[in-house]
Amino acid sequence: MLSIKNLHASIEGNEILRGIDLEVKAGEVHAIMGPNGSGKSTLASVLAGREEYEVTEGEVVFKGENLLELAPEERAREGVFLAFQYPVEIPGVSSTNFLRTAVNQVREHRGLEPLDAVKFLTMMKEKMKLVEIDQKLLSRALNEGFSGGEKKRNEIFQMAMLEPTLSILDETDSGLDIDALKIVSNGVNQLKSKDNATIVVTHYQRLLDYIVPDFVHVLYKGKIVKSGTKELALELEEKGYDWIKEEIGQAAV
Amino acid sequence: MSKDNEILEEFTTKEYEHGWSVNYEADEAPIGLNEDIIKWISAKKEEPQWLLNWRLKAFDTFKKMTEPEWANVHYPKIDLQKLRYYSAPKQGKKPKTLDEVDPELLQIYERLGINLNEQKRLQGIAVDAVLDSVSVATTFKETLSKLGIVFCSFSEAVKEHPELVKKYLGSVVPITDNYYAALNSAVFSDGSFCYIPKGVRCPMELSTYFRINAANTGQFERTLIVAEDESYVSYLEGCTAPQRDENQLHAAVVEIYAATNAEVKYSTVQNWFPGDKNGKGGIYNFVTKRGLCAGDHSKISWTQVETGSAVTWKYPSCVLKGDYSVGEFYSVAVTNNYQQADTGTKMIHIGKNTKSRIVSKGISAGKSQNSYRGQVQVMKRAHNSRNFSQCDSLLMGDRCGAHTFPYIDINNPTAKVEHEATTSKIGEDQIFYCNQRGIDTEDAVALIVNGYAKEVLNQLPMEFAVEAQKLLALTLEGSVG
Repeated sequence: MLSIKNLHASIEGNEILRGIDLEVKAGEVHAIMGPNGSGKSTLASVLAGREEYEVTEGEVVFKGENLLELAPEERAREGVFLAFQYPVEIPGVSSTNFLRTAVNQVREHRGLEPLDAVKFLTMMKEKMKLVEIDQKLLSRALNEGFSGGEKKRNEIFQMAMLEPTLSILDETDSGLDIDALKIVSNGVNQLKSKDNATIVVTHYQRLLDYIVPDFVHVLYKGKIVKSGTKELALELEEKGYDWIKEEIGQAAV
Repeated sequence: MSKDNEILEEFTTKEYEHGWSVNYEADEAPIGLNEDIIKWISAKKEEPQWLLNWRLKAFDTFKKMTEPEWANVHYPKIDLQKLRYYSAPKQGKKPKTLDEVDPELLQIYERLGINLNEQKRLQGIAVDAVLDSVSVATTFKETLSKLGIVFCSFSEAVKEHPELVKKYLGSVVPITDNYYAALNSAVFSDGSFCYIPKGVRCPMELSTYFRINAANTGQFERTLIVAEDESYVSYLEGCTAPQRDENQLHAAVVEIYAATNAEVKYSTVQNWFPGDKNGKGGIYNFVTKRGLCAGDHSKISWTQVETGSAVTWKYPSCVLKGDYSVGEFYSVAVTNNYQQADTGTKMIHIGKNTKSRIVSKGISAGKSQNSYRGQVQVMKRAHNSRNFSQCDSLLMGDRCGAHTFPYIDINNPTAKVEHEATTSKIGEDQIFYCNQRGIDTEDAVALIVNGYAKEVLNQLPMEFAVEAQKLLALTLEGSVG
């Protein structure tokens, strides 16, 4: 589904990603871990098409298409979803209105009829249960005055509504207490299917107790330096990132 | 040039939708401004002597005045001697009913989306259609007259209700008020007149649709609304003009009189031709609008959505004379390309326990300049008066400007005046967030801007609000910063 080859990206002349290779197949969950500043969030942003980042080398193929040639909204309509680390506030625009615009633009792209108000609300009610989100929250302005947990829950709710093929969760666990973490993870797990894939970007192993990955990759200085199964995450939790840094240091010598 | 600016450029090439014009045989005054022209207009309209005298007095006053220069707008001086002050479609005999109006004129309005056929119109809105210097048709006159409501063109009001016109004309905006108001008083050609008798709640929205068609012609219309005790009316105003290379002058006067317990809601969606993307052409919109809350517990509410005009100079105001009277001003002013807007309001608190509320939302894009200018004045006698002002500015791109000029003048220690102001920029983050959910950039801007202006748009009557939302999106299409 997603094939990243030798991806290099920089921002304002500083190279952040220095040759990423990654294969993600349908039905898989990949975790990207790594210390601060290793390029985790940059990778998520580049895949979603944030314009500040310049891709200097490499290729990204998504469902057989060159992803890097598509505008951010086209990537979204093709099925790429990014759950933001810091969801933005849009004053005066209700979540409901926002999502209805989004869902119908995505549907139009997929050759489907736009949903009328009744069908849309029915769909919303159904998906709301997944992340245990309160309807009151959705009639308020998008993310305005939401708590950290409410914002993250709203991200997963949007994911449920847009039914993406590839979901990228960027530090979705940050700022969540344990109850909220369970709810959010539960939502993500229920949305999992053999046809879609998930990339979980996280700093801590904690989230991976709830969203169990098939593969774990360690990102360090813009490169994937180690890949393994979920046991790798446990090892990282136990030993920290230093041993990886040392390993790399030795390899370089 | 950054990516944002490229998008901005692309956006600003958007064409003005109502830029067409039609050729009709016109009845025109000679070009120029002098006493003879004023007499010519007055004679053309078969006016009584008192009105001609009033015009001439206004002209005398006008000659002693100079063009105001305090506003934050810059434009080449207008040579008033090169303008035409009257241009009207030749209609032969003045039509008595809608059926007698030249179908070609009705078609102009149909093309603008204003159907003047009463049967085909949505119930609930009566229209007075003003084309260049005259009113060509007024709908639902008979329905309204059964309730004692007078809704007609100004010229008709002069003929049929001279006592009302004589009593209220210039009572809210005196001829000495300002340069453009004096000019308007001397040469005004037509406009709308509305009278709501005591205790009557007007069952439908009344509206005037102004259309400039002729070239080199100024439009000087007057609107006079009188609401007697315990009455209510909601009034709408819309305007468009053809796309022309030269600038055209529109200097209107609107007067509202509200008696005890009366309420008047006045809404404007102004979409005059704003000039092209290089700043060529466009309407100069120099308008004086004022409401007098004459009676106790009266209320006047202005709502405006300003998207057009090359230069806007406009301050719909409320004089709160009656005790417990209320004035409101809700405004969204959008400027793009080279547009300049200097707009705001004046709230003059004279009576006790008077209240005013100002919500102004400026949106600037392109190379435009957008200024809010507002005055809150509390007179000595205005015990316990209150004002709340909120002035927000939204910037798109880095070549536009937003300015706020609040004036506060308090002469009573019991007054409470609050002023809040914010300036923000449409964030790339907000747009990217929308994009990431599959919403393209233009729709994202429309969504964000409508959210920003929601508090004001909510004040508009339903049908108008939808139109205003579309207009905002259209005006700002592609202007992302």
